[in-house]
Amino acid sequence: MNSFKDAEHLLRVALVFVAATVAFVLVRAVLVPRSFGEYGHYRGNAITEIAAQRVVFAGHQACETCHPDVVTVKNAGKHTGVNCEACHGALATHAADPVTVHPPKLDTAILCVRCHEANDAKPKGFPQVVAKDHSSGLSCETCHQPHSPLVGLGAKP
Amino acid sequence: MKFTRRQMLILLPAAAVAWEAVLARTPEASPNYKVTEHWWGMLVDISKCIGCGNCVRACATENNVPDGYFRTWIERYHVSDDDLANPVVDSPDGGKNGFPPILEPGGKDFFVPKMCNHCADSPCTQVCPVGATFITPDGVVLVDKKYCIGCRYCIQACPYGCRFLNPKTQTAEKCTLCYHRITKGLTTACCEACPTGARQLADLKNPNDPIHAFLRTHDVQVLKPYMATGAKLFYNDLDGSVR
Repeated sequence: MNSFKDAEHLLRVALVFVAATVAFVLVRAVLVPRSFGEYGHYRGNAITEIAAQRVVFAGHQACETCHPDVVTVKNAGKHTGVNCEACHGALATHAADPVTVHPPKLDTAILCVRCHEANDAKPKGFPQVVAKDHSSGLSCETCHQPHSPLVGLGAKP
Repeated sequence: MKFTRRQMLILLPAAAVAWEAVLARTPEASPNYKVTEHWWGMLVDISKCIGCGNCVRACATENNVPDGYFRTWIERYHVSDDDLANPVVDSPDGGKNGFPPILEPGGKDFFVPKMCNHCADSPCTQVCPVGATFITPDGVVLVDKKYCIGCRYCIQACPYGCRFLNPKTQTAEKCTLCYHRITKGLTTACCEACPTGARQLADLKNPNDPIHAFLRTHDVQVLKPYMATGAKLFYNDLDGSVR
């Protein structure tokens, strides 16, 4: 007596099960990116993709390689800790191509008051003025050179 | 077009090789940067912040942040003498264009720059259902735009309100600690633009980083320490009323 004579339906179920498992493993291998799980439960390549974003602020190190004269003036004055792009704006395009890309001209009437307009919330030791009472309409650089702002100090630029 | 069996047998492995190349494609990375050698955080010195908004503008420029949304912003606190627990906080346009003069006399006023705390045990990464947000081996919390399904769980989970849904891409967005800059040896855009040095990028794994001496010698706090998020945005001179 063959005890497996009615086993054919079981075999079919087993085959379907095996086929489904194989299909699942194959589909999963295709859909899950190779780098998923490289560092944790996320796509490892996402890190390099985010790190590949374009840099817009060149960084003061880039400015200082070509403009050592300004660095000297700046280091002699109160603005020594202020990075170039804090006032001049993002200039990675200029750093990459200094010949054709020129930084925009700046307006001290807007720039200086951003930091130095008086406000009670500012630290007490920080130099601040009420602009309209301070200069009677004269532009800031009449008396202050932005790179070394103490009056009487700092020649151009 | 008809394939013979022979051509098909040649084509199949070729297609497999091509597909392999598609899967393995990685954008250019920084060659000298090793993720295991850094552990990033930031130091914010409240006593130096003048609320000029340079950081907010620089962040928007560097990262193309949509108008009306902020990866970093500045809050101005007004704490009156008789109600220390309930400060009045304002942040007009995230402090992007500075702050108007204070009209209420008395009390104390100060600025608090805010951004992602890059928590070591961050609630936002724990709730993400698809593995789109994560903390990198060097301690920066990032969002994988391609994986984010825009479900907003992370935005609700962040105790510091540092995330938003980008209206264009419909994916969660946040401060990346300028990951594309710090991996190239630059500082973040906000630190680069800060005129007073109120913000300092800190590498906690670098023994020569001045952050270690600073943490030893100053009264430094993090926001909402009771949430046990392992926040790495350190505040010096932080008032008790700041939430």
